[in-house]
Amino acid sequence: MNIANLLKIALKALANNKLRCFLTMLGIIIGVASVITMLAIGQGSKNSIREQISEMGSNMIMIHPGNMQRGGVRQSADDMQTLTVADYEALRTLDDVAAISPSVNSGGQFVNGNNNYPSTIYGITPDYLDIRKLRVKDGAMFSDHDIHTAAKVCVLGKTVVDNLFPGGEDPVGRVVRFGRIPLTVVGVLEPKGTNSMGMDQDDVVLAPYTTVMKRILAIDYIQGIFASAADENTTDRTIEAVSDVLRTRHRIKDGADDDFDIRSQQELSEMMNSTSDMMTVLLACIAGISLLVGGIGIMNIMYVSVTERTREIGLRMSIGARGADILAQFLIEAVIISVSGGIIGIVTGVVATVLVNVVAHWPVYIRLYSVVLSFAVCTATGVFFGWYPARKAAGLDPIEAIRYE
Amino acid sequence: MSLSNEIIRVENLRREFTVGGERVKALRGVSFAIRRGEFVTIMGTSGSGKSTLLNILGCLDTPTSGEYVLDGVAVQSMSKNSRAVTRNRKIGFVFQNYNLLPKTTAVENVELPLLYNSAVSARERRERAIAALKAVGLADRLDHKSNQMSGGQQQRVAIARALVNDPAVILADEATGNLDTRTSFGILTLFQELHRRGRTIIFVTHNPELADYSSRNITLRDGRIVADTTNPAPASAREALDLLPTDND
Repeated sequence: MNIANLLKIALKALANNKLRCFLTMLGIIIGVASVITMLAIGQGSKNSIREQISEMGSNMIMIHPGNMQRGGVRQSADDMQTLTVADYEALRTLDDVAAISPSVNSGGQFVNGNNNYPSTIYGITPDYLDIRKLRVKDGAMFSDHDIHTAAKVCVLGKTVVDNLFPGGEDPVGRVVRFGRIPLTVVGVLEPKGTNSMGMDQDDVVLAPYTTVMKRILAIDYIQGIFASAADENTTDRTIEAVSDVLRTRHRIKDGADDDFDIRSQQELSEMMNSTSDMMTVLLACIAGISLLVGGIGIMNIMYVSVTERTREIGLRMSIGARGADILAQFLIEAVIISVSGGIIGIVTGVVATVLVNVVAHWPVYIRLYSVVLSFAVCTATGVFFGWYPARKAAGLDPIEAIRYE
Repeated sequence: MSLSNEIIRVENLRREFTVGGERVKALRGVSFAIRRGEFVTIMGTSGSGKSTLLNILGCLDTPTSGEYVLDGVAVQSMSKNSRAVTRNRKIGFVFQNYNLLPKTTAVENVELPLLYNSAVSARERRERAIAALKAVGLADRLDHKSNQMSGGQQQRVAIARALVNDPAVILADEATGNLDTRTSFGILTLFQELHRRGRTIIFVTHNPELADYSSRNITLRDGRIVADTTNPAPASAREALDLLPTDND
């Protein structure tokens, strides 16, 4: 008995029962399609999180004062004055640090003529643009010279522009007021939209940190330092280097806690990824269960089919089919059902994924492994669940089978 | 009677079953030999053991004791698989209820035994199936599906299927049992024609009338042979068919 003949026999038997064959396949189709769609949704949300994080600057390192005790009383980060411009100057010399900017900020009301708008002014250096992946659309960024002179200049985000200049006039060159301090607008930032937390990233005003420190806040420390590593892979190494420098400068003894807190986007991205990984596993479990149910459907139908075709089996045996031939025929039938169900399921899954993307605007991404995996699983399902009915068929007694009514 | 002419020889064949803890003796020592080219009817009422004998002759079953030699090969010592191969190569079955595959054309039904013989190519398979269908007078029904044919035509397809592997013996089990008188005689005529062309046929039936049309009749009762008679001048089924009144309504 060669494989070609067996295939022919099995295909013929399936063609004689098209509707039932299709209904059996349906279980597998739904199973495979849901595995692919669920994994695509899971992967899509993971990718979109990663994208948003890299928009924020994926190799960004944030340094804040932290863990400070005064006589046993822990202090809030805002009150701490441990980070200084000198710290910033020291970190700037590190090789692994690609860009670095001190950060001081203050909230307050911005006024332009009749219009006013509450926003936050960030005191930074031009490096901040690289770190946060910002770009100046109109005008230009302020210069290092402006920092030296604590110049009264600023760069506005789009939200601030919309609120202060509702008429649509060009803000560059105009003067807005922050409290009592007039600031000349030198540039407007390219809009960035909201971040993954839903925060408006365009609701900012950038100014030289010296201006904010001296003219607005009147402080001699800085509230934080933003830096970026040369690339994502060196982030850990950069964090260590930064930590070493700060511990030495702050004269922290070995074994004592840092008086600063370093955070990187990597941790955030890992946290987000683990959340979305969990969701993906959950979705895949649900989909996997439906695949299992589909497999049981195959087994059920094959059992019914064996009983229903008892006489056919008896006939085949009486004209010379061996037990192995019957076993192979039913096994091949089950595998054909599951494999073609798998292929249709993959197509359906891809279509459903595209639909989810188009209709619900959910981010999706189909990974090859999910296709290969679900296909392999459903083939294995066919073999596994086809085996027992096929064994039953092969074990029939031809004498009884041929006279079965 | 030369030995080489013997196609079937059974020697003291016994077959016992255990049904519900009770031993049932279906065959209690049956011996006979069938030569090439004989048309043998095996007759008996139900319970006479004729079905058991047919199963053993058809290599579907093995005797509890005794010897069965088919075409020079001892069958009782064969494994299950080699019996399947023997059925495929040496035996052609014709059943009472035809047992054709549903929704399958005549040619495909006839091809079936050859599908289980990998020595036969697809082309040869088709050619032989067509030839067999021509031999049973169904040259014009090659692509008719089994459910589009009458009982008599279906039985002809079944006979063609039994012929296609060029078997040593054709085993018919009540092959006319489901057919009306006219069609029965048509089928019987076909069997007589095949017999004339040299086929060995064993026809198991409970209908005593059929003994007139075979060349030899073995009668079984309670698992034993009670009569084994040769019929030197079998009646012609064709003549009987011609004598039947034709349907005018």
